[in-house]
Amino acid sequence: MDLFNDFSLGLFVWQTVLFLALLFLLRKYAWKPILTAVEEREEGIKSALDAADNAKKEMEALNADNEKILREAKAERDSILKEARELKDGIIAEAKTQATEEADKVMASAREQINNEKMAAITELKNQVASLSVDIAEKILKSELKDDNKQKEMVNSALEEASID
Amino acid sequence: MRRKFSLLALLFILFIGSVAFAHDNHSHAGEHPEALAEKDTPEKVKGFIKHHLKDAHYFELFHGVKMPLPIIIWDEGLKVFSSGDFKKKEVKEARAADSTITFQKLGINDTVAKDAKDYLYESQTSGYSIFHGKIIAAKHADIQLKLNKEGKKKLVSHSALLDFSITKTVLMTFIICVLLFLAFRGLSSSYRKGPIPSGFGRLLEPLVLFIRDDIAIPNIGEKHYKKYMSYLLTVFFFIWFVNLAGMTPLGINITGNIAITLSLALITYLITQFTANKSYWGHIFWMPGVPVPMKFVLMPIELLGTIIKPFSLMIRLYANITAGHVVLMSLIGLVFFASNLFSFGAFFGLTLFLGVIELLVAFLQAYIFTMLTALYFGAAVEEHHDEH
Repeated sequence: MDLFNDFSLGLFVWQTVLFLALLFLLRKYAWKPILTAVEEREEGIKSALDAADNAKKEMEALNADNEKILREAKAERDSILKEARELKDGIIAEAKTQATEEADKVMASAREQINNEKMAAITELKNQVASLSVDIAEKILKSELKDDNKQKEMVNSALEEASID
Repeated sequence: MRRKFSLLALLFILFIGSVAFAHDNHSHAGEHPEALAEKDTPEKVKGFIKHHLKDAHYFELFHGVKMPLPIIIWDEGLKVFSSGDFKKKEVKEARAADSTITFQKLGINDTVAKDAKDYLYESQTSGYSIFHGKIIAAKHADIQLKLNKEGKKKLVSHSALLDFSITKTVLMTFIICVLLFLAFRGLSSSYRKGPIPSGFGRLLEPLVLFIRDDIAIPNIGEKHYKKYMSYLLTVFFFIWFVNLAGMTPLGINITGNIAITLSLALITYLITQFTANKSYWGHIFWMPGVPVPMKFVLMPIELLGTIIKPFSLMIRLYANITAGHVVLMSLIGLVFFASNLFSFGAFFGLTLFLGVIELLVAFLQAYIFTMLTALYFGAAVEEHHDEH
């Protein structure tokens, strides 16, 4: 093999110089900007993906919240409706009892008044009947005791009755 | 828009340059018309493959069209000149009794020795030659070779110089570095307009993320991976782009050079050693959880292991790419030697199939190199909470 015979020092020196120059030039003008740009881009993509993920999660949480709120609102509405119904029923029932009571009271007082009136009328009637009777009796007495005989008979009979006792 | 225009202008200049030089080359070849008429032989194909696998001081866009490249050498002072100065020297080899070989100028009646044709180039203006792709400070007449035991020719008179030339491989490496820089600069600036890249960046970004998420993080760990990302990304895209460039018909073979893979593996090795934590060194020099004599046995083994790991990186990449090129080029060569339509079709199909496989290998080798590098880095910074 001509391996070592083929070795050329000049070529070796040129290659080393050219390659190192290329290495430093590319490092300064290409690799650093390229790798930085690529890394920045990857970071950007990663953060964008993360942000999208977060947004998705937030949306999900928001949706869940919304549903919860809706459910709660429905329950509240139902309970309010129930309460209102109960209130209405209560009011109606109360009004009914109140009305009944009132009516009863009115009836009772009416009945009492009627009774009172009746009693007053009866008393008055009794009084009138009594005075009438007295008047009649007066008239009868007056007519009966017109002559003195009759007066004497009367006193005698009354005295007889009193002497019997 | 302006960038596109300047790229086009660059390509245009390259094209004009190569055509101008090609013209010169053809007039040169015109002196030997019989050389053009020569038929391809298996030896020539073999030589061509070997030639392709090696680095060169010129850029052959397609056969016969060569573009000169700058030569930079250290020979008692820096010397810079164009490789267009080197011209092919047609010589014959003269072998002495003690198996020493010298080159002699061709006589009028001499024919050119086949294997002597393509490897000796001589500078017109200075005293340098290129022998088998290596620059030697001598003219052809002064060069002496010797056959060694394996029958290979070795230089004895002059050793190769310190050669820092912009060779074909260096030029292509440079172009690919520029392309890589433009591509990833584009990707990085596209993030300023928005979080998602546009155009070519859309293809590159998943690969960057692949390196980070499937190579760096699993092997090194969330805590430490960041400081290694630049190297892992650079090494992956460098190897991949360079391997893909090797699949073009331009005849480039960058990662098939041991110097290239050595440089890459060495950087991995140095980064591993210099960023390693206490626990890493503890596992090398004083392996916990084994009897004391075993600790002494394991110490050199572990120490050797730190070198073997990057060595295997170097050899694996080099061998895979070289082997891929050899096999693919051999199959392409076989297409031209097919004697009937059936074998032509079979070799053509096989070449196509292997071409696709090699495209996969281009990616795979970049992946493996990066993966193992990340694994070694991971071992260097691993924190052992429990003794095992």
